[in-house]
Amino acid sequence: MDGSIGSLTRRKFLVTGMTASGGLAVGISALPRLAGAATVSATPWDDDGTAANELDAWIAIDPDDSVLIRYQRSEMGQGSMTALIMCVAEELQCDWSKVRTEYASANRSIREHNVYGDQASVGSRTVRESHLLMQRIGANARERLIQAAAARWQVPTGECAAANSVVTHQPSGKQLRFGELVGDAAKLKLNHEPAIKEPPQYTLIGQPTKRVDVPLKVNGTAIYGIDIKVPGMLFAAIESCPVPTGKLASVDESPVQGMRGVVKVVKLPDAVAVVADRYWRAKQALAKLEPEWSTGALATTDSAQFSSTYRAVVETPGAVARNNGDTGQAIAGAATKLDAVYEVPYLAHATMEPLNATAYWQADRLDIWVGTQMANNTLKGLAGILKLKPEQVHVHNAFLGGGFGRRGGIDEGLQAAFVSRAVGKPVKLVWSREQDMRHDRYRPMAVIKLQAGLDAGGKPVALFARTAVGSLFRGMGLGKMVKNGVEPMAIDALATNPYDIANQRIEVHLKDTHIPVSFWRSVGASQNAFFLESFIDEMAHAAGKDPVAFRRAMLGHRPDWMKVLDTLAEKSNWGTPMAPGKGRGIGITECFGSVVGCVAEIDLTPQGKLKVERVVYAIDCGHAVNPLTVAEQLEGGTIFGLTAALFGKISVKNGAIEQGNFDSYQMVRLAQAPRTEVHLALTGGKKWGGVGEPGTAPIAPAVANAIFAVTGKRIRRLPLMDQDLTTRTASL
Amino acid sequence: MISLTVNGKSYQFDLEPETPLLWVLRDEIGLTGTKYGCGIAECGACTVEIDGRAMRSCSAPIGALDGAHVVTIEGLSPDASHPVQKAWIEEDVPQCGYCQSGQIMAVAAFLKNNPNPTDDEINANITNICRCGTYERLRRGIHRAAALMKA
Repeated sequence: MDGSIGSLTRRKFLVTGMTASGGLAVGISALPRLAGAATVSATPWDDDGTAANELDAWIAIDPDDSVLIRYQRSEMGQGSMTALIMCVAEELQCDWSKVRTEYASANRSIREHNVYGDQASVGSRTVRESHLLMQRIGANARERLIQAAAARWQVPTGECAAANSVVTHQPSGKQLRFGELVGDAAKLKLNHEPAIKEPPQYTLIGQPTKRVDVPLKVNGTAIYGIDIKVPGMLFAAIESCPVPTGKLASVDESPVQGMRGVVKVVKLPDAVAVVADRYWRAKQALAKLEPEWSTGALATTDSAQFSSTYRAVVETPGAVARNNGDTGQAIAGAATKLDAVYEVPYLAHATMEPLNATAYWQADRLDIWVGTQMANNTLKGLAGILKLKPEQVHVHNAFLGGGFGRRGGIDEGLQAAFVSRAVGKPVKLVWSREQDMRHDRYRPMAVIKLQAGLDAGGKPVALFARTAVGSLFRGMGLGKMVKNGVEPMAIDALATNPYDIANQRIEVHLKDTHIPVSFWRSVGASQNAFFLESFIDEMAHAAGKDPVAFRRAMLGHRPDWMKVLDTLAEKSNWGTPMAPGKGRGIGITECFGSVVGCVAEIDLTPQGKLKVERVVYAIDCGHAVNPLTVAEQLEGGTIFGLTAALFGKISVKNGAIEQGNFDSYQMVRLAQAPRTEVHLALTGGKKWGGVGEPGTAPIAPAVANAIFAVTGKRIRRLPLMDQDLTTRTASL
Repeated sequence: MISLTVNGKSYQFDLEPETPLLWVLRDEIGLTGTKYGCGIAECGACTVEIDGRAMRSCSAPIGALDGAHVVTIEGLSPDASHPVQKAWIEEDVPQCGYCQSGQIMAVAAFLKNNPNPTDDEINANITNICRCGTYERLRRGIHRAAALMKA
């Protein structure tokens, strides 16, 4: 699958926007494809939720043997669309070049007893939680095709086998194509679920496979939410109260009266939108409005206040998330004591595609075109709030221009629905970059107090951590899921650490501000891996031990961690000398079921100019359905985490977010991107770990630890751009 | 009326002259391959060729472009056969893909004048943001495209 690429051919697909209600053709789109590869339509959603020649809700096979395999989750670049249909094809024994995919319909799932189950792409769980289901769907379909053929030939099924979209009766050599059997097979029901392959039997799973969506993404044909075009559609620009949780008090509409193309000013409880015949006109008109906001005392808050509040909170007892032994006594009696406070700021997701949604709310039907990580939750959430029956809501999920946890809510869909109702037409509502950055649901800021004790031989005997961090459950309105003051995201990669330290106590303060928080790529590990892995490095240096050897001594009971650690040490040439000004640092963690670590090599001048030159990754995700995607996700995760480490800071002033665009919220670009290499250190067995997020977590501590290796300066606060990295005072 | 040639086709627009080319391409002509990312020429997702030069169309008002020749991602090749597009497929560069139209247009224009780029030249000239962090493969893709152009 990873071989040479043949010539591209063009195929035409008729794509439709809203066939169920209006039968409106949206356009014709050219679909380039890879020779020998599976494909996906440029408009990946499924309007009707049915197709001709269905074997079941997941698979349809046309008379020409082309196979439609529905993908029930989302594609935001993480490659799961390709990986999951590989799992089906592995068992179906169909020709991979004849496979195409589309999103499974959330509306159909509602109508057919939740046939597609969980449709969310969050928590790096798309593949690890669905691979088995998809393998079974493929196996079940294959067995029915075989039974249909055996019945046609009146031979025992045991004499028949399927391969390459053909069933063969082995004694006679008779053959029937899948496309000739689908009608009969669709009527069959198996008594038992057939066995699925064991890993050594895989022929497709485990092969580096080009992603099905890539050809659409090199010629502009892939349709994202922002690209949707619905006949008769208007456009809306929106501005929310700059202080989160504040409300719209009033707005004088006269500045936009008579402006070309402007249709209506729509007031929402916390925002004002302008609807026009063109997006640019809506945006220009919105800029002329001067809404009055009601914000109250929140308008006096700022980041410095939050920081001092959190720093005070971590000096007071918190909820206990983990308690082994007697940490206080062990530290009191330790030969060497360490004590440090670390802090990280709020972070924005800043997906390249700003949030947007297109809605058409008619009397008894709501259509939403949106790129969402959670199509079925979007459907249920909108139905609940808008008092519609779930089957009246049709979510048309598009390609996502980045997700990273941001596209799991219904902020934009709800706004688009209300605006559509206000004008009685389909409306495409697009957030400006500034709206997107200032009205995110952010990675929470966090402060942590860390203490440790080492014995006279440098062996760690105690670890204490007390973190203050916003509650993601409460941020989502799920506060009752907080148990005894603790939630899993707050302590991930912290209380879950495997280090063999006899006395450990981890405490939590779920501390909120008015800044909304949510899931951000790698979630709790995004801050906790930085905290813990930097502090472990502090402990190693206090013990006079090499950081890799220090960790190995605490991980003998965890072969998966040892395999990742040893792979990193070998591939990074750990311990070999480096030129002056250059250094290495390591970070390792466990995130969404995978053990992942990296070694960063940096160059740091005495003037404080930092360049991360090379990063070596190793991951144990148990199994790799598509090793190409695993490598890509770690490469990308590196950049996401490095951007946060170097530049990431969302700060608050007068209650509002200060940053608004990429000039004030910087991103790593090509010039700052390190060379990255990825090594699989798979332990197999029952482990199926996530891949999309883990790579983001270990890069910050690896870089910070490398800075210590070069300068002896310990970085306890991010981003690095705000820290003094110089090692020589400028001479006069 | 403002006249533009886009991907070889002639258009005339009765629009406010300050309208950015980006929104003309997307909402007037329907060429949605060119993306909105920031609106201030920071991210490069909207990069197109204007009279042979890579430009950020979100900050190019059409009033200043009367008579200009514009090429978008849809017009770079009829069948995704441009060396940069081929290289992008071979290196599996895009992830979410949202920035990639702009990346490809920037690289295609860059390679016309720099057929044998060094990494330093690439760093100095290709400044588009990719939030998925595809830079490792993007850099390989640039070198591969340069090689394909010579083939």
